[in-house]
Amino acid sequence: MLQSLRENRRWQGFLLILPALLVLGLLLVLPLGLTVVTSFAQRDVDGNVIYTFTLGNYWRLLGFTETGWDDLYLKILLRSLALALQTTTVVLLLAYPLAYFIARAPQRRRNLLLFWVLVPLWTNFVIRIYAWVMILRSQGVLNSTLGAVAGLVDLPWQPLDLYPSQSAVLIGMVYEFLPFMILPVYTSLEKIEPALYEAAADLHANALQTFWRVTIPLSMPGVIAGTILTFVPVIGTFVVSDILGGRQVILVGNLVQRQFLDARDPPFGSAASIVLLGITLVLTLYYTRRFGLGEEIAAG
Amino acid sequence: MAGYAVELRAVWKRFLGPAGETVAAVKELSLQIADGEFFALLGPSGCGKTTTLRMVAGFELPSDGEVLIQGKPMGKTPPYQRPVNTVFQNYALFPHMTIGENVAFGLQMQKVGRQEVQRRVGDALEMVRLSGLERRRPKQLSGGQQQRVALARALVNRPQVLLLDEPLGALDLKLRKEMQLELKKLQREVGITFVFVTHDQEEALTMSDRIAVMDAGVALQVGSATQIYEQPNCRFVADFIGETNFLEGSVQQLQGGQALVELPGGLSVWASMAQPVAVGNPVTVAVRPEKLTLRPLEAPLANQLQGQVVDQVYIGTDTYYSVRLASGQTIRVREQNNLAALRQGAQPGDTVCVQFVAETASVLTG
Amino acid sequence: MSQPRQSPWLAALSGLVYFFLYAPIVVLIVFSFNVSRTNVVFEGVVNQGPCGPFYWYCELLQNRSVADAARNTLIIAVTSTAVSTLIGTLAALALQRYEFFGKKSAETALYFPMVTPEIVMGIGILVLFSALFGWVNSMLPPGLRLTLGLGTVIVSHIAFSIPFVTLVVRARLHGFDSRLEEAAMDLGAPPLTTFLRITLPLIAPGVLAGAMLAFTLSLDDFIITFFTTGPGATTLPIYVYGLLRRVVTPEVNALSTLWILVVLTVVGLSQWFQQRE
Repeated sequence: MLQSLRENRRWQGFLLILPALLVLGLLLVLPLGLTVVTSFAQRDVDGNVIYTFTLGNYWRLLGFTETGWDDLYLKILLRSLALALQTTTVVLLLAYPLAYFIARAPQRRRNLLLFWVLVPLWTNFVIRIYAWVMILRSQGVLNSTLGAVAGLVDLPWQPLDLYPSQSAVLIGMVYEFLPFMILPVYTSLEKIEPALYEAAADLHANALQTFWRVTIPLSMPGVIAGTILTFVPVIGTFVVSDILGGRQVILVGNLVQRQFLDARDPPFGSAASIVLLGITLVLTLYYTRRFGLGEEIAAG
Repeated sequence: MAGYAVELRAVWKRFLGPAGETVAAVKELSLQIADGEFFALLGPSGCGKTTTLRMVAGFELPSDGEVLIQGKPMGKTPPYQRPVNTVFQNYALFPHMTIGENVAFGLQMQKVGRQEVQRRVGDALEMVRLSGLERRRPKQLSGGQQQRVALARALVNRPQVLLLDEPLGALDLKLRKEMQLELKKLQREVGITFVFVTHDQEEALTMSDRIAVMDAGVALQVGSATQIYEQPNCRFVADFIGETNFLEGSVQQLQGGQALVELPGGLSVWASMAQPVAVGNPVTVAVRPEKLTLRPLEAPLANQLQGQVVDQVYIGTDTYYSVRLASGQTIRVREQNNLAALRQGAQPGDTVCVQFVAETASVLTG
Repeated sequence: MSQPRQSPWLAALSGLVYFFLYAPIVVLIVFSFNVSRTNVVFEGVVNQGPCGPFYWYCELLQNRSVADAARNTLIIAVTSTAVSTLIGTLAALALQRYEFFGKKSAETALYFPMVTPEIVMGIGILVLFSALFGWVNSMLPPGLRLTLGLGTVIVSHIAFSIPFVTLVVRARLHGFDSRLEEAAMDLGAPPLTTFLRITLPLIAPGVLAGAMLAFTLSLDDFIITFFTTGPGATTLPIYVYGLLRRVVTPEVNALSTLWILVVLTVVGLSQWFQQRE
């Protein structure tokens, strides 16, 4: 009697989640499976995919070509990884103080301060990068402002050659993903009860000790969530590097995109894409195992 | 009449434990609750009392056995088709509705006409002395007021049985005492069967016609407040309700409902039998502190133990004495502070006799 | 309790971060009034035609492709938000309320997209649709051939929004007191009535927040749209990206400014409504 009711609820739960699983199965799992299959395929001269089984695409990524060893693609992978790590670090360094500032602001002002962090997110991704083009290019806002200042104080002035460059890509990435770090870090900082700070002070911890022993450990869930929310999109993007890096800064994202849309080599693009996914999963998995559970992404 | 208001026939409730094992929350529980009775399920947390209530309400179905309401077997009847209503612990008032809407909810579900709903909601709120607060939200009321809204919300439907799950648990002590009396009065007025769950023995004793004392899923004793207090049928009940001294010993002799129990140190006392025992059985004599009297050391009487006062606590109406017996056990004695006791009260260090009447002590197994 | 005084250094640093966040937006808006067509250096405020300083705005509004892109963007965002909010909310209910076989795996699967780089998902869907369309189209007459377009973009947006909706709604359900539902049933409400009158109103803020997030994600999305869009389904981000690779006139700035204003208004209004609740 009871058993049937339980069974019933089991089915209800399963039915409720079924649509979501179907959509994700059809539009995530199946595509990924096909990408894996394609990555072992070849292409003919017209760019059509011929389904065979070859590891050639992966060998090519590792640098083995018909003409000898070439580290072109390995460099791209490493560059992407390095840039993603740099971006995440800078974003964390900028986001943490601001999140802390907002979390400890008077209650009624917090929501407004947070709102102003979110507003830039609601402009468009592409538009935000374009704004940086306007600022960073040689005759752009930054150089003309600095030039004007230098002129006023009579200093010799060389315009900065920032656009296009890898630094420009870094700035653009930091700008794009800063709010994704501020939000979760704020959420976990805000949850810390003020009484804990008082307790720490009561136990003779100074401000720095309190920060190190109380604030940072308790905000780790937010930092983990923010790191993943920043790292994952950064390592896969091609738009920022495309626009701010010009032809100089080629990342994995650009590589994948070009194989599909310019070079018409889907098998090679698929292989690059799978490698990108593999790196991302391994790193996030290691990171969440090392520092805590990924469920804390929920904070964001 | 169609039998009992609520009847449980050998009801079991098993849950799946965290490690996949089966845990029985309620074990072969049988209860009969009469119409118009104020019935309490009393026990420590985790004893199965709330699960029992939830099975009557229909939130849980028995794994075995049967729940009957007004003589009708409930089977798998869902909560919304049972003639019972519940006052929840922490009240479960709908936060997005006003007080009026909360109270009207049940009537609307029964498709009662609009005017009738209005009238009955007004009456119900008047009954719990909350008239005029219809448009407030639950959050705007005090704990005591919320409690009364929960009561009105349940009673307005005129259920055949009202279930109350720790209804006063969230109130402070003074308010709780007031509400205890008020609930009792209300129950007499409306004449509905009340089944309520509590872990507070004093609350149960004050309010209920009958009490079921539960532990580990079993109803150990069912009876009136007096029966439960004066004649506990097992050590758990004696211990859980009020304060009790336990003296371990073994049965020496039986006579007319009483047993002579030999205590360590050679002394023997007479006590009444709550459970059948045989000569030679190891037993416990339970006797409450207020049933003991202190006497100066005199000629030996029946049921008298010798000891030394080790502590004395004055609590106004009474004084508590701790007396260490010859066996080394310390027992508590509660003496009323009448004039005589005050004048010749024992002092720590005094050697005294502790005496009791056989009828006030119970022989319990285990 | 009074908050301890904030360190002035922290305040200054926070101010700088805010400056960093807003400088590009200010630049965007200012340059939308630039007289220079190449829009590299600000050469003064444009004052041309009947619109005066708003010359580029007027140009923009006459631009058919912008109007089309705006319409596409909205269609995609509204449709995908509606569907993903529904599916995501159901999934959140299932995960928070029910025990069922394979729940843990379902949960992992559901959050998998969040650790998948968008481009991987984007090209995956592209590969899927090319294979699917290649197979289906070989059996269809030329006039009926399937291509990438609004439909493919919408289903892709639905797919990547669902996990986020589920996450937000679950957070709301987490604090939900299930005794409120028991109380409703106890008072005679059958399951559906209970859901409509108790559960739904109480989780509505969470569902709304989930929908807002889905809408924002859809409006903002570039990468997945980029790989799944086709002829006639250009969205605003795709359109702007196209312009960036060719000529950029202050028209793009005007478009960005309008975009920011529209989004700010919508968000501001929704916040205002929520405050009033």
